[in-house]
Amino acid sequence: MHGSEKVPIWRDERYVQIAFQVFVLLTIFALGQFCLGNMFRNLEQQGRQFNFTFLLSQSGFNIGETLVPYDTTSPYYWAFFVSFLNALRLILVGIAATTVLGIVAGVASFSDNWLLRKLNMVYVEVVRNTPLLLQLFVWYFAVFFGFSDKGKTSQLPGSIFVSKKGIVIPWPASSPLLVVLLGVLLSGAIAAYFIWKRRITRMEEQAASGKREQLVLFSMAAVGLLIVLFGLGWEMPRMSAAGNVEGGLRVSVEYGAMLFGLVFYTGAFIAEIVRAGIQSVSKGQWEAARALGLPSNSVMRLIVFPQALRVILPSLSSQYINLAKNSSLALAIGYPEIFATAQTTLNQSGRPVEVILLIMSIYLSINLIISLVMNTLNRVVQFKER
Amino acid sequence: MTTTHSPTASPPPLAQIGAIAWVRKNLFSTWLNTLLTVVLVLVIGRTLIGFLYWATTQAKWQLISANLSLFFVGRYPISQIWRIWVALALISTLGGLTWGVLARNVPQLFGRTTLTLLGVVGAIAVLMPAPVPYRILLLAIEGLVVAMAWGGRMIGHRSPKLGQWLAFAWSLSFFVVWWLIAGGLGLTPVGAGEWGGLMLTVFMAVVSILLCFPLGILLALGRQSSLPVIRGLSVGFIEVVRGVPLIALLFVGSNMIPLFLPIGIRPNLVTRAIIGLTLFSAAYLAENVRGGLQSIARGQSEAANALGLNPGLTTALIVLPQALKVSIPAIVGQFISLLQDTTLVSILGLFDLLGISRTILANPQFIGRYAEAYIFIGVIYWVFCYAMSVGSRQIEKQLNTEH
Repeated sequence: MHGSEKVPIWRDERYVQIAFQVFVLLTIFALGQFCLGNMFRNLEQQGRQFNFTFLLSQSGFNIGETLVPYDTTSPYYWAFFVSFLNALRLILVGIAATTVLGIVAGVASFSDNWLLRKLNMVYVEVVRNTPLLLQLFVWYFAVFFGFSDKGKTSQLPGSIFVSKKGIVIPWPASSPLLVVLLGVLLSGAIAAYFIWKRRITRMEEQAASGKREQLVLFSMAAVGLLIVLFGLGWEMPRMSAAGNVEGGLRVSVEYGAMLFGLVFYTGAFIAEIVRAGIQSVSKGQWEAARALGLPSNSVMRLIVFPQALRVILPSLSSQYINLAKNSSLALAIGYPEIFATAQTTLNQSGRPVEVILLIMSIYLSINLIISLVMNTLNRVVQFKER
Repeated sequence: MTTTHSPTASPPPLAQIGAIAWVRKNLFSTWLNTLLTVVLVLVIGRTLIGFLYWATTQAKWQLISANLSLFFVGRYPISQIWRIWVALALISTLGGLTWGVLARNVPQLFGRTTLTLLGVVGAIAVLMPAPVPYRILLLAIEGLVVAMAWGGRMIGHRSPKLGQWLAFAWSLSFFVVWWLIAGGLGLTPVGAGEWGGLMLTVFMAVVSILLCFPLGILLALGRQSSLPVIRGLSVGFIEVVRGVPLIALLFVGSNMIPLFLPIGIRPNLVTRAIIGLTLFSAAYLAENVRGGLQSIARGQSEAANALGLNPGLTTALIVLPQALKVSIPAIVGQFISLLQDTTLVSILGLFDLLGISRTILANPQFIGRYAEAYIFIGVIYWVFCYAMSVGSRQIEKQLNTEH
């Protein structure tokens, strides 16, 4: 009679599974012991120790551009903080700019204009098939050096000056009034959003004409435009008599090259993601919207793009994380962000293990923060199914 | 009874057919379109004319012709370059044979696209500003590929089992090519410090791809596993490696591997770089394969279980082949990224194709000629990556078993 046959222990699945896991753990443990043991022996032989106290000693090196005060007597941890701010400057502006470029390029691939479509295709194919480091070098050496060739200063339309010392762009002069005006603009934008929603609700539920709210919104927009143009106090850079450029905001050539390189590279990938997202919306939606009489740009704005957004957002978050990680290539250009500073610290203090652990934890946390933000956004746009 | 006189059919008006209609529809359909076309034509035209003017008058293309050997093989000793040619001939032979065997059922082996490509390569070989023996060698290699393709097609018709022999030949050829490049066992050894240029880039990319493929599949299977320890370790490894930039991993490889090995053992920089690239690609590949694994219906493994296959056989024979077929676009995309990521080893100090450009540009004769060097290197990378993405689309089409 079948039933309680005893399965031999080496074929008993539960035993084999547990034994296998214990075996893997023991192997990893043994490997870890081997590597760590060798590491401590090697460090001892070279006269180095493993601790984080080096962070408090003086750094002794200079950082090219800083947002907060820093000099060669500052400790290492301050150097890390300053370069972290530099990295944030690059990443945040990069994410905003590349989103705009990616969406414009993605929507352009559906344009009626043949030239625009082909230009978009050439852009995406060229950027995706060449290495990022090569593109960064091209932006830095070929483009920006080309503008500042042999010490001259070129002037671009819009009174932007490019020279070896940096790029100068028009920027509002900082003053207490500026903060007040920015606050006014921000609260105006929030109020406009609520008035807009109220207009839509009233038009839907009470068959109102919506002209009253439209008038209010137009006047708010006009006031906002006046504030932006005249109230913010734009400083236009000018060439002084001594040949220097005064006024405006100065950013280094390295920052400009990194920003343009990263934005154009990631923008091509985002363009493909946006294109795939828009293509995923079924053609019936376009046709129904047109049958209802909606003009072409309203179709895109009200019907197609919100649905495409649900497909686009998950891939978009991985592109943002890629941009944050690719910013580490600033080491090759000379822009002083975290990785470049870590490299200098590693060479100078002779603490490879600690510095590498620090760097990896910083990048993992940036990664985590971007993922968390994008996951929240993702949840907001998902289908609310039953 | 009146007969209605049917109007004679006449061709449509000129403004509605042919080129004029196409231009009107695609470039000038609305006011905005017209404006856009005019602006784009002006901008593109100016850029192109400026570029052509620079390329024909101011650019110093001697930079490329004088440094061809540096670009392609780095600082490999000139007397031993014949070994590289032998390796190239070996790869071309096998490549031609494989092409012939794979295309044995195509009605016309040398279709229009193929002939155009062969013609372009032949033209480049003839017009290249390099010493004449090299040009002849390049033409000979192209001829070898064509002859082998034709031969492979013949053999493919006779014996279908050739496919297995070819796979074996490719594996053997990898070691033969390695022996040819590195030396030892009768050939003068050439240290890895002297490899460089395109040869080093391709070698590192191929080795990393070969190593990361099994590792990535193991990690993907580990992540799906029901054993908590295996799953925890796989997830931990994948998430940590995917969260840090590749350059950080390369620095980990180059700085920490000598520390982790017993005192005295110090692998050379190329090995350390390959280890970093392999670990990075394995984690990304694991995610791509996981996507494929998740797309396989659970019924497949249940049916395999019902047939009596144990989990190992189920995975190897039923689940993995289907999962890999689904993730081919993602996998080839990862290989394309790997080829582009080999440029990062130039930051470590290796002289791959991008790194050797720094040596070339340091020559006082060519200081500041960045654009020529980068255009040349960019075209090489673009050709490789575009060929890989076209190849991936072909593989997808061939393996597509959908109705």
